[in-house]
Amino acid sequence: MNDKKGPLFHVARRPHMVWYKAWGIRAIALILALIACAVITTLLTGLNPLDVYATMIKGNLSTPRRVWVLLQELSILLCISLGLAPAFKMKFWNIGGEGQVLVGCLATGAVMILLGDKVPGPVLMILMIVVSLAAGALWGAIPAFFKAKYNTNETLFTLMMNYVGTQLMAYFIIVWEVPKGSGKVGIINQASEAGWFPMIGHNKYLLNILIVAAVTVFMYIYMNYTKHGYEIAVVGESQNTARYVGINVKKVIIRTMCLSGAICGLTGLLLVAGTNHTITTSLAGGRGFTAVMVAWMAKFSPIGMIFTSFLIAFLSKGATEISTMFGLNQSFADILTGIIIFFIIGSEFFINYQIRRRSDGEKEA
Amino acid sequence: MDKDANVAVSMQHITKNFGPVAANDDVSLDIRRGEILSLLGENGSGKTTLMNMLAGIYFPDGGQILVNGKEAVIRSPRDAFDLGIGMIHQHYMLVDVMTAAENIILGLKNEGKLDMKAAAARITGICSRYGFDLDPNQKIYDMSVSQKQTVEIVKVLYRNADILILDEPTAVLTPQETEKLFGVLRNMKKDNKAIVIITHKLHEVEEISDRVAILRHGKFAGMLTTKDTNAQEMTNMMVGHAVQLNIRRPDPVNARPRIKVEGLTVRSSDGLIKLDDVSFTANSGEILGVAGISGSGQKELLEAIAGLQPAEKGSISYINDSGETEELLGKDPLTISNMGVALSFVPEDRLGMGLVGSMDLVDNMMLRSFRRGSSILTDRKFPHNVAEKVVDELEVSTPGLSTPVRRLSGGNVQKVLVGREIASAPSVLLAAYAVRGLDINSSYTIYDLINQQKERGVAVIYVGEDLDVLLELSDRILVLCEGKVSGILDGRTAEKNEVGLLMTSLGGEDADE
Repeated sequence: MNDKKGPLFHVARRPHMVWYKAWGIRAIALILALIACAVITTLLTGLNPLDVYATMIKGNLSTPRRVWVLLQELSILLCISLGLAPAFKMKFWNIGGEGQVLVGCLATGAVMILLGDKVPGPVLMILMIVVSLAAGALWGAIPAFFKAKYNTNETLFTLMMNYVGTQLMAYFIIVWEVPKGSGKVGIINQASEAGWFPMIGHNKYLLNILIVAAVTVFMYIYMNYTKHGYEIAVVGESQNTARYVGINVKKVIIRTMCLSGAICGLTGLLLVAGTNHTITTSLAGGRGFTAVMVAWMAKFSPIGMIFTSFLIAFLSKGATEISTMFGLNQSFADILTGIIIFFIIGSEFFINYQIRRRSDGEKEA
Repeated sequence: MDKDANVAVSMQHITKNFGPVAANDDVSLDIRRGEILSLLGENGSGKTTLMNMLAGIYFPDGGQILVNGKEAVIRSPRDAFDLGIGMIHQHYMLVDVMTAAENIILGLKNEGKLDMKAAAARITGICSRYGFDLDPNQKIYDMSVSQKQTVEIVKVLYRNADILILDEPTAVLTPQETEKLFGVLRNMKKDNKAIVIITHKLHEVEEISDRVAILRHGKFAGMLTTKDTNAQEMTNMMVGHAVQLNIRRPDPVNARPRIKVEGLTVRSSDGLIKLDDVSFTANSGEILGVAGISGSGQKELLEAIAGLQPAEKGSISYINDSGETEELLGKDPLTISNMGVALSFVPEDRLGMGLVGSMDLVDNMMLRSFRRGSSILTDRKFPHNVAEKVVDELEVSTPGLSTPVRRLSGGNVQKVLVGREIASAPSVLLAAYAVRGLDINSSYTIYDLINQQKERGVAVIYVGEDLDVLLELSDRILVLCEGKVSGILDGRTAEKNEVGLLMTSLGGEDADE
């Protein structure tokens, strides 16, 4: 009809999409990502991409031990994400997970070092739990207090708290270093194993995994079925609405950040008492930031976060494996991880929007 | 019809879809020179969308546009200007810190040096030609809404537009300002310009336009000649069936003071005075209408009563049925409701304050009830029942109770909000612009609901913008002007002009234009 044209393509919002179609799009995105990675792998390294993928899978799943390591990694990432989720749901941009985990580690380590041989095991364990939760909660509550009271920018504040946490850790490592002058704490209570999480059977990681599973269930209920969870959702969507129905916004912000920090602090406990048995400044290892992505990709749903943390844990383990197997450096593995995440996040666009070609007549492209 | 010569724009079979929704479906209409055309339709009927396609904001999915007899492709506002089409949007797009003249020439590509003097001279020329009242050197932040509108119109004329589209230009004006605008429009019409005004106020259509084009649900419903039609016919065409255009006003029964406001003074966070020594009483079983130009303190008044707005001085007392008085000022909404004061509030900002857009109907009902019970878990059964009841009784059209309220149309959103607020059997009902953006049917449903509350003995404070409605609905009308009470009138005897004057001037000087 009309031979002069408007823009050839345009983007239109989709009506709500049924869940299986949405997951179909995500699956297609993953396949496209793998194809893109294959092309890049071949171009840059000349390797057979199928070998690379096989190595990735093998690196994660080939032995029971590797599976346990994968699950442990998944749990730690999931636990931090569970901590961040309520804050993000409240639109409080908590990027201080790293610091909150570290102070949890530091608090746990401090109790183990200072009281390890002085108090009975169960008391020690209770102290470690309480102190790690409290430390994380404090680290979360400080920026929340200033946000509530003076409307400071929580993104910068929590980010800065990460550095404070790291430096605090560095300081105490020097105070407690073993042996003197090494700049390291080494394995804490190696002989007595005081404050170490007990193994279940012969498995070092199982307790950690079970604790995180319990936290997941708790957070699922907390976010979806409790009055607190409802208040968080309302504050996140609109502080005006919250005030309008008489929710004390300041109280909710501080309370939620205490919880958010406490769960991150708990992750610190799992890292020190459960697996590493030492304290270093790199214990959190950037997971505080990775967890932001995990939480966002799952849209803050605790169940969804199981899958997204699995994805990220799997990719990063697999990436390490291929970089050692093929003598590539870690950066190459990061490129592949980046491509895959890019496609997965990008697929959300196609779930929410559709691209239509300008149609001549009534045909739709 | 003397077709060719006078037709400035001819839209033919225009179609525009947003996702699965057809905003315009096969609409054809002509815009003629030397004529004022009203584009009438309920909210969501596609009036603004249709005109936005002339202004280059949207591009049609189908159909064609002829400007001066030639086919035109309008892809951007610049294309529209090149064709002499100018649109004055509902939300003004002016730079506050610049003067009128600077705003008017902003974005024009001039050869050589910028000559502000010449520009100002040309602006003055345009103003005197059509009867605008504008100082080119006045800063925008010093201007009233109506002056800003003048700047927007002159901006369009400065760009040599001879086809002007005005999107609900009178929504923000007082009756006197509206008269002035209409005078200017008539002058432009005499100058052979083609003018379209988008509106849903019938009496304005009758007053200003030569022809009326009516849209219904995105489709062209008909073209009427104004002098041969009447409000009832236009309404029926707009709605698609016959509607009753009367608002009931039952006499107040057993009216007793319920809310007593004394010397209320409120400042905004940046120290501007918003309410200045406001005193009045709202009675039970009565509707107290609040009139005023937008931003005269209506919002602060309602929010102060609802416990959302701190005040500098004054008092707000609540008088219960047994005559005991309690102070509301300085208490938050939770404390107020714990005191046993059943206060309901339908705020102006529905999705930003009254409701949570992304939550479904049940969760939105829960906003008022989630604290019930001592369990730490929420009770969804009660709000579910309320939601069912509201949907059922107010005929909310929604796919289901689990639909996010953001997806509902404006009228249905408002029904959900009003329904929830009256479900708690209030003794005081505060409502701000309760029918803004609603179609005629929904508006009358809301008026009915408010009247029912009044008959239940509720003290209703109703902030409105449509004076005709306020005069029909209210028992008494409180007029605010710059934060002060400029008058309290009897709704049954007050004249529209009288209210209009009080809105702009304190103390009510002689009713002389």
